Amino acid sequence: MKILVTVKEVAEVEDEFEISGDDIAEQYLEYDLNEWDDYAVEEAVQISEEAEDVEVVTATIGPERAEETIRMALAKGADRAVRVWDDDIESASYLDVEAKAELLAAVVEEEDPDLVLTGVQAGDESNGATGVTLAEKIGFEWAAVVNQLDLDIEGGVANVHRELEGGVEELTEVESPAVLTIQSGINEPRYASLRGIRQAQSKPLDVQTLDDIGLDADVLESPLAQTDLYEPESEGDATVWNGDAEETAGQLAEFLRDKGVVEG
Amino acid sequence: MSDVLAITEHRRGELRDVSLEMVTAGRDLADQTGGDLHLAVISGDVDDYASQVNREGVDAIHTVEYGEEFNHDVYTQAIEELYAELDPQYLLAPNSVNGMDYAPAVAEGLSLPLVTDAVDLAEDDGLTVTREQYGGKVETTIDVEEAHAAVTIRPAEWPQAEGDGDAAVEAFDADIDESEIQSTVTGFEEVAGGDVDISEADFLISVGRGIDEEANIPLIEALVEATDATLSSSRPIVDNGWLPANRQVGQSGKVVTPDVYIAIGISGAVQHVAGMKGADTIVAINTDPNAPIWDLADYGIEDDLFEVVPALIEEFGGEVPDV
Repeated sequence: MKILVTVKEVAEVEDEFEISGDDIAEQYLEYDLNEWDDYAVEEAVQISEEAEDVEVVTATIGPERAEETIRMALAKGADRAVRVWDDDIESASYLDVEAKAELLAAVVEEEDPDLVLTGVQAGDESNGATGVTLAEKIGFEWAAVVNQLDLDIEGGVANVHRELEGGVEELTEVESPAVLTIQSGINEPRYASLRGIRQAQSKPLDVQTLDDIGLDADVLESPLAQTDLYEPESEGDATVWNGDAEETAGQLAEFLRDKGVVEG
Repeated sequence: MSDVLAITEHRRGELRDVSLEMVTAGRDLADQTGGDLHLAVISGDVDDYASQVNREGVDAIHTVEYGEEFNHDVYTQAIEELYAELDPQYLLAPNSVNGMDYAPAVAEGLSLPLVTDAVDLAEDDGLTVTREQYGGKVETTIDVEEAHAAVTIRPAEWPQAEGDGDAAVEAFDADIDESEIQSTVTGFEEVAGGDVDISEADFLISVGRGIDEEANIPLIEALVEATDATLSSSRPIVDNGWLPANRQVGQSGKVVTPDVYIAIGISGAVQHVAGMKGADTIVAINTDPNAPIWDLADYGIEDDLFEVVPALIEEFGGEVPDV
């Protein structure tokens, strides 16, 4: 059995930042493994530890810089990695959900996995749509926002819980092959061990161009264009207490006593 | 061709509020395109739901009677057929957990550009969608350079439609291919039970990612004890297993309405805000001046929680734990 996990390197923004052109200035960005993908990797690795002959392959769309993130997933137990990138992708004006799903679909075609796990969303763009779009493209069944997974490999069924709003979970049987988008909290992602980090250095990480996966640059053309990026105007009008911690704590304490929520 | 088709949502026999928000967003967009607003009601007691969403500004309601609960394979087929029949310009779906489960598939099936989690829509010779990025730190505008598009709408961003409507309700005879239905909903489970009901508390002290590690949680617990408050948290704390699920405030946790809500080290992501914006007074303790929590806070301290919280514990005569 083969599990393909999509892994994205996401940009995180520092508290204080500036905007340059149509994005946040590079010096305020830090790159890391997407939080939701971390849970997806862990879920796949746990399945591979519990069942015989399960291979976990990660798929990433990203520049060379992303290899640090990919090695992290390998250190946590994925067996090998595919990274799709070339000059055309680098220069695409807007890599939309459709294009990402198209690239990942080509990887799926090559790898022929039995199960695809993605994060529910990426922490930077938060489209929350790539996994289900991919499923529809490759003709897999799917389930979005999965926070419990019990795989019946022989029965060809994934028994999942989907995390709905308001503390309600939907119990669903999903026929495989399937794409499941994994919600944070489904498991406890492990830290990479030193041994894992060492082993990751020698695990295969294949870099594929559009041409390698049988696509041409047309797939990158988007009907969408990002025309602006700006800091939203603060709607806040909070009364901010000033001073050192003792002073501000004193003011908050006085406020709570006045409100009558705290005695003493 | 200038019409808007908006999809409503229900669960376990009840229409969800987001359906009435869809009416507002859909009417607003249809006013800009100069078209009609069509609603789709799929599965369950469709006539009951149809009468509930029949508000002012709705031009037509299409019902698809098939099954009881949401199933994405049914929704996907029904919406695609309805879209082909009505030929609207724009398709709107809620960016709810179920919306996320079918809207991308419908957009792919209909070859429509998809923009998710919209917080604003403007149509002037083409659609411009406003959405957030980087956890709400910035907004972006996305121009759709095609005549048609599918957009998902952030819940609780548009007001619920009011006023009775007089739209015709028509049963749409969708041809659902059962062999395409490859997932089955077998039940529902309520989570987040337990000994504490944070939705009943008058005074909540809520902890978020800013607490950094599990070993620091006792600091907040000491403050809770010293002030006789109730402890709650944002999602990452529960995801990490540092507090049980019944403490979680937000979209997937509990909705709380205390007199006072102190958010400590909580940035105020939209999913969290959905659970606590009804608090009477909101106090933020946060080092990040750009955190979205400041949009809601009535009072605040822009400082390090590890400085402020011990001082606060001492104010109330509590003992500061060694963390």
